Amino acid sequence: MNQTGPSLKRYAITRIALVVPMVFILLTLVFLLMRVAPGNPVSAALGGHAPPAVIKAISHQLGYDKPVYVQYGHYLGQIIRGNFGTTISDRRSVGSIILVNGAATLELTFFAMLVALVVGTLVGLVSGRFRDSPLDTGGRLFGIVVYATPVFFLGLLAQLVFGVWLNWLPTSDQASPITQALMQTHTNIYVLDAIIDGNWSALKDIVEHLILPATTLGIVYGGVFIRLIRVNVIRTLKEDYIEAARARGINERSVVYRHAFRNALVPVITVIGLQLALLLGGAILTETTFNWPGIGHELYVYLQNRDYAAVQGIVVVFALVVVAASIVIDFANAFIDPRVRY
Amino acid sequence: MAATAAVRLHRRTLGIRRAFGPIADARGMARGMLWTGAGITLVFVLLAIFAPLLSPYSFDQYEVGHHRFAQLGHPGHGHILGTTVQSTDVLSRIVWGAQTELEVVALALAFGLVVGVPLGLIAGYFGGPLDRGAVLFMDAMFAFPPLLLAIVIAFLLGSSVSSGVLVAAVAITITYVPQYFRVVRNHVISVREEPYVEAARALGAKPFTILRRYVFFNVVQNVPVIATLNAADAVLTLTALGFLGYGVQPTQGAEWGYDVSRAVSDAASGIWWTGLFPGLAIVLLVTGLTLLGEGLNETINPVLRRRSIRKVDFAAPSLEPASEILEP
Amino acid sequence: MTSVLDVRNLRLWYGTARGPVRAVDDVSLTIEAGATLGLVGESGCGKTTLGRGILGLLPEGARADGEVLYKGRNLVTMSPRELRRLRGPELGLIFQEPMTRLNPLLRIEDHFRETLEQHEPKMTSDAIRRRSLDTLGRMGIPPTRFRQYPHEFSGGMRQRIMIALALVLRPSLLVADEPTTSLDVIVEAQILRILADLKENFDTALLLITHNLGIVAEACDRVAVMYAGKIVEEGPARDVFAEPMHPYTRELLRSTISLDTRELHSIPGAPPNLISPPSGCRFHPRCPDVMRVCPVRDPIETRPEADRRVLCWLHGPEEQIPADGTVPLEREEIAVAEEA
Repeated sequence: MNQTGPSLKRYAITRIALVVPMVFILLTLVFLLMRVAPGNPVSAALGGHAPPAVIKAISHQLGYDKPVYVQYGHYLGQIIRGNFGTTISDRRSVGSIILVNGAATLELTFFAMLVALVVGTLVGLVSGRFRDSPLDTGGRLFGIVVYATPVFFLGLLAQLVFGVWLNWLPTSDQASPITQALMQTHTNIYVLDAIIDGNWSALKDIVEHLILPATTLGIVYGGVFIRLIRVNVIRTLKEDYIEAARARGINERSVVYRHAFRNALVPVITVIGLQLALLLGGAILTETTFNWPGIGHELYVYLQNRDYAAVQGIVVVFALVVVAASIVIDFANAFIDPRVRY
Repeated sequence: MAATAAVRLHRRTLGIRRAFGPIADARGMARGMLWTGAGITLVFVLLAIFAPLLSPYSFDQYEVGHHRFAQLGHPGHGHILGTTVQSTDVLSRIVWGAQTELEVVALALAFGLVVGVPLGLIAGYFGGPLDRGAVLFMDAMFAFPPLLLAIVIAFLLGSSVSSGVLVAAVAITITYVPQYFRVVRNHVISVREEPYVEAARALGAKPFTILRRYVFFNVVQNVPVIATLNAADAVLTLTALGFLGYGVQPTQGAEWGYDVSRAVSDAASGIWWTGLFPGLAIVLLVTGLTLLGEGLNETINPVLRRRSIRKVDFAAPSLEPASEILEP
Repeated sequence: MTSVLDVRNLRLWYGTARGPVRAVDDVSLTIEAGATLGLVGESGCGKTTLGRGILGLLPEGARADGEVLYKGRNLVTMSPRELRRLRGPELGLIFQEPMTRLNPLLRIEDHFRETLEQHEPKMTSDAIRRRSLDTLGRMGIPPTRFRQYPHEFSGGMRQRIMIALALVLRPSLLVADEPTTSLDVIVEAQILRILADLKENFDTALLLITHNLGIVAEACDRVAVMYAGKIVEEGPARDVFAEPMHPYTRELLRSTISLDTRELHSIPGAPPNLISPPSGCRFHPRCPDVMRVCPVRDPIETRPEADRRVLCWLHGPEEQIPADGTVPLEREEIAVAEEA
C-alpha cells in the first residue's frame, strides 16, 4: 500500500519538464541584457585604456565580432555543457569562481537560512498561538522592524558593537590568514573542511568569523518568516479539523502542536524556496559589508571593473541556482503534503 | 439629466466609500498599526517636501562662508548629529535624503502601477496565449533575486542615463512589475468567474466596459496595500543600490544607503554617528510604510478582520448596549 | 431513572457589536438512554448553537446560562478541563461537513490513535488498533484502508469515519449536527441505519439536528421544533407529525415536498432577527392563526397531553389570556420580518 513511490517520481519528472521553458527565457534575458550595455565590453573590462589593436584582437578571440545570433547559439551551447564563460579582466573561468567563491556563499547562506528559520519559526509560532496578546504584538513588531533594517546597516552595527567596542568577534573575512594558510581545502566550504580534517582550532576560528555575517543576514530575513508563519498558524487554528479535534476532547496542547503547528509549517517549505532568491540578494550586501569572499563579493568587484562576461556568467548561475532550488523545494513539499502529487 | 448624473456620481462614490468604510471600523492592533504607520510616513513626506526649509544646510554643503565644517565632528553644537568625513552635516543629509528616497519610490510606484496593472488586467481577463506568455515571462523574472536584477539594471542604465533618480526608479520598477502583474492578474481571474461578470457578458457588454466597471474597482481595492508594502521594499532596494554605489550618485543628492557605505570605514575607528543616523532613518521609514501597509491589509482584508465583540449580559432587560469589554 | 441529558432553561447568547444574539433563549429538553430526539427548524433558528452549546463548544464571545445536566452533572458550570475529559468517552459530536473535519496531513490511523491515547493512556498499541478497526468495521470501512489519508475517501466514507471516531470511546450522548445534509440520499440512508444501530446496540442517547423532517420521521422517537431560539413544540415524532399543535409545525409539514405535493407552499416572511426578536410570541408576524394576545404577551408552555408540550396561545392557559385576547388579529399585510 505504498503510495509514495511512483507518484512522487512522476511528480518530479513533470516538474522538471515544466521548468525548461522558464530556464530558456532566463538565459535569453541575461544574454540580451548584457548585449544592451553600451560600449565595447572588452575595452570596458580592460579599463578603457587598452590600445585599439589589442581590443580588436581580444574581441575576435572571444567571439564578440560575430553576428548576434551566432553568439547566442554559442552561449547556449556552452551553458548546456556547463561552461559559463571566462572573465575578461582576469581570465578566470566562471566555473572556478563558482567552485571557490560559491562555496563561501553557500556556507554563509546555509547558516543564515538556519538562523532565519529558527528565529522566524519560533517567534511566528508564538505570535500566532497567542494572537493579539502582548506576545503577539511584540513578535510582529520585532518582525517588522527587523525586516526594515537593511542588512548592511545591521552588519555595520554588529561590527561596531561586537567587533570594535566589545572586541569579541572578527568583522571581516571567512577566517584569519593563519588559519587559511594552514587549512587543507577539500570542498572549499571551510566549516566542512575543518571538520573533515578534525582541525578544531581552525573550526573555532572559522565559526567565529561566521557568526556575525550569518546572524546578521539570518535575522533580517527571519523577519519575513515570522509574518508568514503567524498568519498560517492563525488560519490553521480556524480550520474545521481543529474544531473536530477539540470536540473529541483532545487537549489544547496537542491540538496546537500536532495539528495546528505542523499544518501551518507546510507552506513554509515553499517560502524557503522563495526566500532563497531574497537571501542570495542579501548575501551580496552581507559579503560586501563583511568582506566575505563569496560570489556576491566577486560580482560586486567585476561590476566595478565593468567585466560584462563575468557578470553575465555569474548572473546566469544565480538564476539557475534559484530555479534548481525551487524544484527541490517543490519536491520536498510534495513529499510532505500527500495532496500535492500529480 | 442632472438628476441621473447626480445618481451616477453618488453610486460611484458609494463604491469608494464602501472601500474605505472598514478603515473607520478598524479596531485594536490594526488601527494602531495603520495610524502609527501613517504618522511616521507623513513625517518623512513632510521632511521630503519641505527639505529646503527644514534642513539646516544643503546636502553636500561642507562650509558656511569660508568656515569649513569639522571633519567627522562629534554630534554637538551646530551639528546635532555630527559631520561626515567630507565635512557634510549628517542631519542635513538625512532630511535631504528623505526627499531622494520618496522621489525615487514615488516614481517607481507610478511606473510599476502604470505598467503592471494594465498588463495584469488584460492578461487576466483575456487569457489565452497572451496570458500564458506573459505569465511565463513574469515567472522567469521572479526567479531572479530581485536585488540582483536591480543592480544589473542600474549598472546597465547608469552609463547611459544621467539622472540617478531615474535609473534607480526604473531598476526598482522592473523588479516589482512582476508582482503587480501577478496580483492583479490573479484577482482579475477570480473576479472574471463571478456570476455578475458573466451576466454582464451575457447581456452583451463590451470587454472594456466590463473591465472598467466591474473588474477595475474590485481589483483596485487590493492595490493600496500592495503599493504601500512595495514602497517599503523599494526603499530597501534603493538604499541597497546606494550602498553598492549604484542609482543616485553622490553629486545628485543625499542617499541614506550611500551614507552607510561611507560609514563602514569610519566604524573601524569607532565613529558611530555617520552610520547610525542614516541607518535609523531607513529603519524608521520602512517600518512606517510597512505598518501602514499591514494596517491597511488587516482592515481591508476580511479574512484577517476581527469584529469587536461586546460582552453578553443576561440580566439586561432592554437592548441597551453593555460595556464594550472584548476588543480584537 | 435519570435521563442521560436534561437541559433546563438554557440560554446561549452571542455577543456582537449591535447587542447579544439570542440564539438559544430559555430552552428545556430531556433525552433518555437509547432515545433519539430530533431537533428541527429553519436555518438560523438556533439548533446548531443548541447542539454545540450542550457540549460546551461555543466560539468566544458566547455565554451560557441555565443548566445542562449530563447524568446529573451540570456541564455549564463545569471547569473546561473536566468538560474536555468528558468529550470523547461520554459526549460525542458529529459535524455536518465531513470533507474538512479530518486533518489532511494525518492518516486515519493517526486520528484514532490520538483520540484513544488521549482518553485511555493505558491502552496498548495493539488494543488501540483492534478497537479502531472494530469500530471502523461497523461503519463499513475495511482494515486495508486504515493507513490511508483523508483525501483518498469520498464524502460519505469520511462521514462514516467521523462517526467511527466519535463512537470509538462509546459515548453515552451523541449530538449529530446535520450529519447527512451534504451527502446524497443513498449514503444518507446508510448513515441513518448506522445511527439506528447505535440505539439498538449501545443504548446511546442521540440528539439529531436537522432541517429535514423526513429523516426525523424515520429515525427519531421524539421531535422538538425550534423557532427563533425557543422550542415551540415537542413530543413523540409520530404524534407531532400526525397532529401538529403549533401553527409553525403545521406550516413546516405543509411545506415539505412529497410525492403528493401539487403546489408549493411556503411560510410568508423570513426568520426573525435574533438580536431584537418580535415581541410576545416570536412567530406572530408570520402566523396564520395569530390572535390579539400574541404580539402582546410571551406565550406560556403547556402540556395538552402527557408527553407533549407546546408554546402557543392557541393552547392556553386560558386564565392568562386577557379579554378579547383570542380575537384573531387583523393585518393589512404580512409584516415582513427582518432578516436574521
